[in-house]
Amino acid sequence: MKQKQKTILTAVALLVVVGLLFVAERSLNPYYQRILNLCAIYSIFAVTFNLIFGYTGQFSLGHAGFAAIGAYVAALLTLSPAQKAVNFFLKTIISPLANLEVPFLFALIIGGFITALLSMLIAWPALRLRGDYLAIATLGFSEIIRVLMVNLQSITNGALGLKGIPGYTNLFWSWGCLAVCIFVVKRLVDSSYGRAMAAVRDDEVAAEALGVNLFKHKMMAFGLSSFFVGVAGGLMANLISTIDPKVFLFTLTYQIVGVTVMGGMGSLTGSVISACLYTVFLEALRPIESQFTIGSLTVPGIPGMRMVIFSFLLLMVVLFYRKGLMGNKEFSWDGLFRFFKRLLPKKNINSPGGGGS
Amino acid sequence: MTLDSFFQNLANGISLGSLYALIAIGYTMVYGILRLINFAHGDLVMLGAYFAFYGVSMFFLPWWAAFIFAIGLTAGVGVIMEKVAYRPLREYPRINLFTAAVAVSFLLENLAIVIFGGRPKAFNRPAFLDRMLNIGSISFVSYTPIIIAVSLVLFVGLMLIINKTKAGMAMRALSKDIETTGLMGVNTDRIIMFAFMLGSCLAAVGGILWAIKFPQINPLMGVMPGLKAFVAAVLGGIGNVGGAMIGGLLLGIIEIMLVAFFPSLSGYRDAFSYAILILLLLFRPTGIMGEVQPEKV
Repeated sequence: MKQKQKTILTAVALLVVVGLLFVAERSLNPYYQRILNLCAIYSIFAVTFNLIFGYTGQFSLGHAGFAAIGAYVAALLTLSPAQKAVNFFLKTIISPLANLEVPFLFALIIGGFITALLSMLIAWPALRLRGDYLAIATLGFSEIIRVLMVNLQSITNGALGLKGIPGYTNLFWSWGCLAVCIFVVKRLVDSSYGRAMAAVRDDEVAAEALGVNLFKHKMMAFGLSSFFVGVAGGLMANLISTIDPKVFLFTLTYQIVGVTVMGGMGSLTGSVISACLYTVFLEALRPIESQFTIGSLTVPGIPGMRMVIFSFLLLMVVLFYRKGLMGNKEFSWDGLFRFFKRLLPKKNINSPGGGGS
Repeated sequence: MTLDSFFQNLANGISLGSLYALIAIGYTMVYGILRLINFAHGDLVMLGAYFAFYGVSMFFLPWWAAFIFAIGLTAGVGVIMEKVAYRPLREYPRINLFTAAVAVSFLLENLAIVIFGGRPKAFNRPAFLDRMLNIGSISFVSYTPIIIAVSLVLFVGLMLIINKTKAGMAMRALSKDIETTGLMGVNTDRIIMFAFMLGSCLAAVGGILWAIKFPQINPLMGVMPGLKAFVAAVLGGIGNVGGAMIGGLLLGIIEIMLVAFFPSLSGYRDAFSYAILILLLLFRPTGIMGEVQPEKV
């Protein structure tokens, strides 16, 4: 297929997506909107984890902590002073924060930047560690961040969390951020920096011998990925409108790792598909956990069953579908058409009348 | 702080540390052989406590029989876990193995919520573990020395197994090189299973003792001890059984002492262990007892 055709197809597809989002934003009920928003947010988490691990090979388990930073910064910047006064009744908030309120866009960007800054501060010593040691160090940092959030009451309101965050997040914000994130990550991965990152992933010693600055490239991947994690955290805070440190337990990181692996390491398409499937699937299974009646029979809900099914599926994917849904392939128009071509001939064979080539 | 309360805290710290150590040993044995962070190990701790609880409250076993029953069952779960989830993935990228461990961990936790119920349960200690003991002017509950003694005995036993038996020798060989060890005629699958069984037994003992010390059990009770024990294992040098013991004790004592000396910082208790870990890793990247592995090109 020619490049021009592909560009047109891409443009049309983007327009369709924007149109669909517009329709969804207008007509879908809030519950479904929320699910779609969560899809985008989890996609950002998975894409960024893919950047740091799938492409750069740095096993960082700090996602939950970084998302927490972004979420708290964005929440504190979007909460109105009056709402803050309601929130901080145990300990008053420190003075400059109390009256600060900025537009959502700036809140997200500031949240992203602060997250990136703090994460790079953490990465600066931690990136000397390798493999599992890096994993446990970043996991430790993530937990330290959470403990700090419980204890720094005059900034974060401690374990009580922040309530009444204005729900600015809508489908345009969340999917827009996802689009920017995918665009930036994809461009980075395809650039010479991205190739250097792949070299770092495959063999650090060889990459260094070839003149790749290990530290710089690791730092770059780390900072960029944390920036978007922070933004996603901010989106999340403004979606669920109540956050407390427990939302950002390290199990969130595990879920992100699971989702990314399910999608395929090194495939952004896979990350997005897997994140959407995960979110929709968990919501679709919600009825299992609440009580329901069939005729005169009342079946009690089974709390925990959703995660049992999810973890079972995750295990099955890891065991039998070892490369994840997409392996390391990306979506492309050629790939899509090849996929359909593969489907078509079968139909021709099955239907005796049609013998077209 | 008076000398008495110092010793009291020390005893407390050692008993907490012994628990960390017991759990950490399981992590470190599995890591040493498979290079796998078995995040489901913490959930075996929870299972051990629950099986003991049900052994007493449902099957009306005497406490010692319930404990043996619990240790056996937990070891069974550990062995099944290895066979079903980890063995098929041994040759694959490590992220798959890690994800499998995460999946197993989620599975065990949520199955526990489904089967045992999410509400915490009160764990009844056997009466002899519930007495106050006084030595001089130091007083402590009788489970404190018992926990320390049990851990010590188990640790010595484990060291004997690892250093004096054939299976132990095979385990040490496996941790150097799985493939070559297999070529030498060792049944690697069986030895790995044995390692998992030993680790799970220790986790179960850790879980039971944990429930005796903190007598409220819930399906997520294994998460935090599991993570702390993992920190202890890394602190001591992951893959090294002696290191796990030292790391566990150190972590327990430091945690208790920090809170005892600086009560105002008690909210930060969980952060301290990670901070210590990170600091240590920066100066000694392989932990206290870990071997420095030369970089191969």
